[in-house]
Amino acid sequence: MVASSPGTAGRGGAVHAVGTSVPRADGAAKVTGTALYVDDLPAMPGEIFGRTVRSPVTRGVLRGVRLDPAFDWSDVTVVLAEDVPVNVVALIADDQPVLAAGRVHHAYEPVALLGCADRLKLARAARAITLDIEPLPPVFDPRAALAGEEIIWGEDNIHKRYLITKGAAEAAGKEQSEAAIDAVIARCDVVLSGEYASHHQEQLYIEPQGIVAWWDEAGVHATGSLQCPYYVHKAFLKAFGLPADRIHITQSVTGGGFGGKEEYPSIIALHAALLAKKSGRPARMIYDRSEDIEATTKRHPALCEITSGCDRDGTLRALKMRVLMDGGAYMTLTPVVLSRGTLHAAGAYRWADVWIESVAVATSTPPNGAFRGFGAPQTIWAIERHLDRVARALGLDPIELKARNVLREGDTTATGQVLRTSVAGAECIEKAMQASGYREKRAAGPAVRGRTARGIGASVFMHGAGFTGSGERYLKGKAAVDLIAGGRLRIRTGSTDIGQGTETVFRQIAADAAGLRIEDVDFAVPCTTTVPDSGPTVASRTVMVVGSMVEQASRDVASRVEAEQGAGGGRFAEAGDRLLAREGEVTSLRQYAPPDWVQWDDVAYKGDAYPCYGWACDVAEVEVDLDTFEVTVLGFWSATDVGKAIHPLMCKGQIEGGSLQAIGWALSEEIVWRDGRIRNPRMTNYIIPTSLDAPPFHTVLVEAPFALGPGGGAKGIGELPMDGGAPAIAAAIEHATGIAVDALPLTPERLLAASLERRGA
Amino acid sequence: MRVSLVVNGSPREVDLPPLTRLLDALRGPLGLTGTKEGCAEGECGSCTVLLDGDPVNACLVAIGQCEGREVTTVEGLGDAAHLSPLQRCFIEEGGAQCGICTPGVLIAATHLLSRVAKPTELEVREALAGNLCRCTGYQRIVESVRAAAALRSTLGGSAQATRAELPTPRGEGGAS
Repeated sequence: MVASSPGTAGRGGAVHAVGTSVPRADGAAKVTGTALYVDDLPAMPGEIFGRTVRSPVTRGVLRGVRLDPAFDWSDVTVVLAEDVPVNVVALIADDQPVLAAGRVHHAYEPVALLGCADRLKLARAARAITLDIEPLPPVFDPRAALAGEEIIWGEDNIHKRYLITKGAAEAAGKEQSEAAIDAVIARCDVVLSGEYASHHQEQLYIEPQGIVAWWDEAGVHATGSLQCPYYVHKAFLKAFGLPADRIHITQSVTGGGFGGKEEYPSIIALHAALLAKKSGRPARMIYDRSEDIEATTKRHPALCEITSGCDRDGTLRALKMRVLMDGGAYMTLTPVVLSRGTLHAAGAYRWADVWIESVAVATSTPPNGAFRGFGAPQTIWAIERHLDRVARALGLDPIELKARNVLREGDTTATGQVLRTSVAGAECIEKAMQASGYREKRAAGPAVRGRTARGIGASVFMHGAGFTGSGERYLKGKAAVDLIAGGRLRIRTGSTDIGQGTETVFRQIAADAAGLRIEDVDFAVPCTTTVPDSGPTVASRTVMVVGSMVEQASRDVASRVEAEQGAGGGRFAEAGDRLLAREGEVTSLRQYAPPDWVQWDDVAYKGDAYPCYGWACDVAEVEVDLDTFEVTVLGFWSATDVGKAIHPLMCKGQIEGGSLQAIGWALSEEIVWRDGRIRNPRMTNYIIPTSLDAPPFHTVLVEAPFALGPGGGAKGIGELPMDGGAPAIAAAIEHATGIAVDALPLTPERLLAASLERRGA
Repeated sequence: MRVSLVVNGSPREVDLPPLTRLLDALRGPLGLTGTKEGCAEGECGSCTVLLDGDPVNACLVAIGQCEGREVTTVEGLGDAAHLSPLQRCFIEEGGAQCGICTPGVLIAATHLLSRVAKPTELEVREALAGNLCRCTGYQRIVESVRAAAALRSTLGGSAQATRAELPTPRGEGGAS
């Protein structure tokens, strides 16, 4: 027998799809230019183009919107707050209006929408509208927001608070917990304190946000660039008050998301649908780059204060930490971002006593939101930098301190979770050390040649896969697999492929589960009318959680066909067609059930924060120009535990791409603010790494299977690689130059300032 | 203004204001949406096309400059049934993730391979420095281009590769 391609032998064949790097399913469309992204969709008859009128003022009272009477508005659609049936963007809190009414809370807040078939006239119309806004004092500093002198959100500016206590801090009770941790730390051999800051980051997907919306007899339709069709569906339910079956949200091919297309697309989709409703025509809204950078969400800046206590031999004992995150003007997903950040704040380490207090506050900047890593890169930056400092105080190499204290099987996390299985931190450290030659290079000391110095640094981290805590239990995500003609399967999920390879990996999982060739599995376009709600495409949950349902549902369908074969004979395809002819529909709809042993207490904030964790160790080697303080990353090594690599090549692609986003965050990416407005909303001056800035990546896949993961134990991988890059780079710079910087980004200006401070000291 | 140009080997004519961006001419009247817009200021390279064989950002070229000239877009590199070795290698080696930068990257890499048969890693990185990618970290892109160079040399420079001629994708067993 000759298989059509290696790795896909199918029923009776020995070769499996899982574990092989099959060609990606959407590859041909993407390399030939036929993949249709939202702005490639053909114009619909009568279509208008939409544009948003935004507040130039940071905070104020909206007195009115004036349309220039001299302008010809006859063919321009104008939508204001009063046109929105329920003026709320449904998310965690109902605090954000679809269009500002009465107040504006941040620069670029949408106030009005304009639509016109003629784009040039649309631009003129935007100049013929005036917003009358009486300014109010803004608050930009999160500490000032926390102090609460000016109240800009709710009663106290606070979006959310959490407290983690463990050991003595837990035993003392909430009120006495801080005193208890202070007492434990005071008794430790070595006590160190530090403050670590991280900054905004723009997702900068290369395809800007865009949606096409229209209304017809079936209700409202929105198609576009998005991660979570059911988020948009939920937002439409609320804002338009329509029944669920009158709302049809479809993903078009999506040019990157990284969290930036998690919750934001609800807003642009609502805007396009409002324009379409009022004009009676299809409406297309595509942001230009500056609008996209200015108006959409960013990574939350965070300030972390840490005091730790350890033994003189380097055994970590007690951790006290305060985390302050900047939520921006509205809540969006901030409580969940803060939660993930808090749950990762103790790092990948064993601590007997822990006290972590976190708070997120409102400020007068545009709302911050989802970005790959979701709060964890910020707190991991802090704990990794802090442990580098502890190691220095102890005279240990940082990696020896980290290896000594890294969580192992049977250890307990900060929330009291006992790590039972799939714990690979130590293995990742060893593999990364071997691959990079870290120990030899550290032992040789920094290589200073003339005006450059080379150094090497490492970070160790873990990242929870799937929704935090009880999230999956509340969510009840679903996935379906249908039998279709010719003995083929069709996967129906709400999980979107935004570049990470969902379409391909789900096919691999389904093909192996059913014993079919990958070519015999289809993937339905995610559309809320035809696919079940699998939960959002976020939180490193797609393969592990939704993939496991796809696996089970594929097995269900295959076993029904096999039973038919047993009863009536014939090949799989023949039996399948017979079954379909008789029953009309052969489908398995699965609902996710988290393992019973995952127990999380939302009130006490204790227990199994995640069913399992991905583990990794990153190593960066850098060269620092000692005159200009420019940093070149010479090489980047990562040993990453993915549980089971369904598609090794795509796994590496995720790790390398995520690591480069982390390197960009560390070295060059910086949102420059002035009075709440962004000074650099362009690709020219918001600097992401190019192919010349990117180091060669050396990626080692470690496989510590998670028994409940699909394909033989896959865990989430999407976010993990965003966590370790920045601290590894900072450690390498410190090795090269002795300059220890605790605030991101590590720009030449900041390194120079730190260098001068060090020389002066 | 009427402009006659050759697009992907075929003579075409458009009637547009002379300052219309080549990008809009391609994506609009010429119906070629494979060329993407990412920044509209020549930074991201998503709209890279070949103009008389040289890579340009189509967002910075006016259609009025294109009279009598030859334009090659991603659609001119090969369709799904006739993938070029470069396109094939981008699928096999993980060079495309979300795919929005891919058309521009493929055009820039095509230009490189037309000048340098076996580029070094640095030569590939230099040739693609004007094409921003946010997904891959560039490693798989660099490897895709170098794999294409190797494949072209084993095929003796023939323009098209059939699936059977390709090496077995990495990590896969030898079963057949």
